[in-house]
Amino acid sequence: MLTTLFDALANLLTLTHLSFLMVGVLLGLVVGVLPGLGGIAGLSLLLPFLYGMDTVSALAMLIGLVAVIPTSDTFTSVLMGIPGSSASQATVLDGFPLAKQGEAARALAAAFSASLIGGVFGALVLSGFVVIARPLILSFGSAELFMLTLFGLSMVGVLSGSSLAKGVAAAALGLCFGMIGAAPATGEYRMEFGSLYLMDGVPLVVVALGLFAVPEIIDLLRGGATIAGDGRLGRGWWDGLRDTWRHRWLSLRCAGLGAIIGAIPGLGGSVVDWIAYGHVVQTSKDRSRFGKGDIRGVIAPESANNAKEGGGLLPTLLFGIPGSGSMAIFLAGMILLGLQPGPAMAERSLDVTYTIIWSLALANVLGAGLCIALAPGIARLTTVRYALVAPFMLMVIAFAAFQASRSLNDLLALLAMGLLGVLLKRFGWPRPAFLIGFVLSVLAETYLYQAVQFAGWGFITRPLVLAILAITLVSLWLGLRSRGGDGAGKVETEGQAGAARAAVLWPQVAFALLVLALFGFAIQQGLQNSFLAAIFPVGAAAVGGAATLAVLATLAWGPGGGAANFDAEAEAARSGQASPWRFMAWLAGFVGGVALAGFVLGLAAFFLAFLRVEARTSWPHAAVLTLAAVGFVVALAHFLNLVFPGGLLQHLADLPWPLR
Amino acid sequence: MKLSRRGLLAATAAAGLGGRATPAAAQSNVSFAGRTVEWVIPFAVGGGSDVWARFLAPYLSRHLPGRPTVVIRNVPGGGSITGTNEFVARARPDGLSIIGTSGSTQVPYLLGDPRVRYDYRKLIPVLVSPTGGVVYLPARLGVANASELGKLRGQQLVYASQGPTSLDIVPMLAFLVLGLDVRHVFGLRGRGEGRLAFERGEATIDYQTTSAYLTNVVPLVRAGNAVPIFSWGVLDRDGNVQRDPTFPDLPHFVEAYEMMHGRQPSGTEFNAYLAFFGSGFAAQKPVLLPEGTPRPIVAAYRKAFEDAVADPELQAGKGEVLGEYEQAVGDGIERLYEVATTIDLEARNWVRNHLATNHNVRF
Repeated sequence: MLTTLFDALANLLTLTHLSFLMVGVLLGLVVGVLPGLGGIAGLSLLLPFLYGMDTVSALAMLIGLVAVIPTSDTFTSVLMGIPGSSASQATVLDGFPLAKQGEAARALAAAFSASLIGGVFGALVLSGFVVIARPLILSFGSAELFMLTLFGLSMVGVLSGSSLAKGVAAAALGLCFGMIGAAPATGEYRMEFGSLYLMDGVPLVVVALGLFAVPEIIDLLRGGATIAGDGRLGRGWWDGLRDTWRHRWLSLRCAGLGAIIGAIPGLGGSVVDWIAYGHVVQTSKDRSRFGKGDIRGVIAPESANNAKEGGGLLPTLLFGIPGSGSMAIFLAGMILLGLQPGPAMAERSLDVTYTIIWSLALANVLGAGLCIALAPGIARLTTVRYALVAPFMLMVIAFAAFQASRSLNDLLALLAMGLLGVLLKRFGWPRPAFLIGFVLSVLAETYLYQAVQFAGWGFITRPLVLAILAITLVSLWLGLRSRGGDGAGKVETEGQAGAARAAVLWPQVAFALLVLALFGFAIQQGLQNSFLAAIFPVGAAAVGGAATLAVLATLAWGPGGGAANFDAEAEAARSGQASPWRFMAWLAGFVGGVALAGFVLGLAAFFLAFLRVEARTSWPHAAVLTLAAVGFVVALAHFLNLVFPGGLLQHLADLPWPLR
Repeated sequence: MKLSRRGLLAATAAAGLGGRATPAAAQSNVSFAGRTVEWVIPFAVGGGSDVWARFLAPYLSRHLPGRPTVVIRNVPGGGSITGTNEFVARARPDGLSIIGTSGSTQVPYLLGDPRVRYDYRKLIPVLVSPTGGVVYLPARLGVANASELGKLRGQQLVYASQGPTSLDIVPMLAFLVLGLDVRHVFGLRGRGEGRLAFERGEATIDYQTTSAYLTNVVPLVRAGNAVPIFSWGVLDRDGNVQRDPTFPDLPHFVEAYEMMHGRQPSGTEFNAYLAFFGSGFAAQKPVLLPEGTPRPIVAAYRKAFEDAVADPELQAGKGEVLGEYEQAVGDGIERLYEVATTIDLEARNWVRNHLATNHNVRF
């Protein structure tokens, strides 16, 4: 075994193989930096080139890309408050406040070094466990997986900010949104309005970008000027590295957590960062800084999300079951290379496995190093006037959103989720809770149904189920214990409640009533299904409705609206900022333009108009930026072989690519 | 039945080419030099159909006249209905747009799903890729082969299914025809998860497609934990079920039925099974040209796939992607395609009724 291990390393350390690894790492860097584009888009770019490549080079290239994305996606999370990919959502909570306080360098250094630790740890787990992981993975049946989804949902307790009722309601709303599409138990379609698009549910990437990226871009635009006040990264490089060293045990703990959750097939990696974040909050004595710029809130998710990839390779290699979307494409790549994953990967084909492990470790080291080297350059973006950056950001997220199903519907869904995100943020309904509910919705329902069908309600007495239940209860208790006064234990994900107390309450009440109406609608729709497909939406909506009523009650009878009183516009109005609706209208105008004239022409028109009106640039300046943007998107589309969503114009006239 | 005149002409043209087409003559006036052929896959990147198309694309490019660039365009969504609907509505019959569908596209068509806007009778097949699979049981049930399936009477088996209207409708119908009492647990994502459920002991009957069976189930069989019972089999050129070439020693479904019941299967249930079996396995992945594609272009494509499949490089590299299955090209294509894409009204109604009463499926 050891010989195979080192033979694999020696084989990888040739110029050809290393340069392919580097190609993967560099592409992963670029794809990771662009918000919304994760491993799926990156691997799709590489897939057409695999034909005819030798196995080691190809594996090195693919793994290089996969490994570096959870490192490089940290840039936008920290610098702009926009999650670079689904792996770095939790990093935003503390990373972005740190950047706003002029400590971007420290946050980035801590994030990259934590990523390095996590990534290498993940590779270690993979090499240690690949030979013995089969029984371990097999011990997680649907009952255990259901309990794990409950464990994930228990993180809502930590992320609810000043009002637990709002947290529960937001999570329930997420659960209801997640139930759009086919019911896992029966295949009945719920809340899809007869649309083929909604049949598959709202794509996760669209929800994540709508909830997190759109409101942040709008807020930054309203703030005017640049992201960073003085536009410097600060000098915190050493501080950041020291932070990670000081919290090395935390980092390793979270890496372990990430590797385990990544290795359990069926859970998916999308909540790993939130679980790690919840973990660090729960286990910290002093929680006063979380959500306002605590470096531990950066280290925890970043350690976990890199380790997840190593863990996620276990089920992919041993069972041929992809743990995530990017692993599915990696699997396709392996099959195209003539490698069939299965038990042999821990026996006959151990050399392939070790090649993958070494590539993973090397890529993590290279990726972290490159990110640190590139940081000052990329950070300079935060010194550019945001009105110039914003259209590029909107372009990238629109492009990323429409990777989901490659239709105009993706953009419409992005607009709708963006609107919801703006409202949730404004009224202090925790968006992380919504997202956790959304991600775990189908999983929780599927696994509960399967557990009952496979084992009957007796599944609850299985030892591993009881163990996870105990962990969940401890996690709930840890999250809620200090919720008494105004002190610690409340991570305010949407800004500080104290500053957002409004004198005028009706907008909040109106929004809460709207949410209540949504829950009512979910119940009404849910009841139209057979029992098995109705019970989950009705249950979630009932809990959410009750929580919303609690919010309304506090607003109505609490002193000054009570703890539920939260309206970010109260603060914004005091400081005289522009209306958010103006920028929402820009986004709507962009989507409308695409619906009329297709993506490329709509994008060009949006760019010119926005740059002229909002950024007040000169015509030549606007033209150059527009050309650059369109050129970039067209080049990317060419390599991905995309046809953009067409509009009315494309229905009437037959245009050549890329206008088609 | 609604058949446009153009479609009818194209279909007869295509059918006429089946036997004694002279590809050389047809090829002389068809050239795709310098053009790009767009191969639509109505599934996401990384799925089985995507891998299949990406594997075949370079060979198609090499053997089409004029060596055009062949690119894969993924149009995912709606369980492949979206992309196929779009193709049928938009693609021009100029040979520059082709589509590769799969059993998941054929099943809703056979069921008469109202969202389906494509008609397989109008599309023109130029290649049909079959696949296969093996049904197996846990060794602890004590069933050594298909003739002992009767031992399971009075015992409920559990099958981990992807859903009542997914490709897992084939095993569902097969178990019904055999008379096995099987409880279907839905909501699994892929057969891989089903195999995991089997290995954990949660599911007590399972099948895997050939490549997954060879790599992941054969070790279980060797270890004495699983027993193969029958393969789905393949269809020959006349549309008869034959043994799977990968598993020549294993009875196919029809043989297994005979071993269990001592007579040939027949009747509405069996007819329904045959249609869905054809769609799901024997003719799982057809490559299709749009309605009304001119005859010489169809001929050029059929010849190109014939040559591509004969390409020694393809044969050497096909591995798990195509398996040992004979790719249907040229002659064999029409009958095979017909079996997989037609179902008689009685059988369709029977299946729809079964799904509606037992699994709450609404049409």
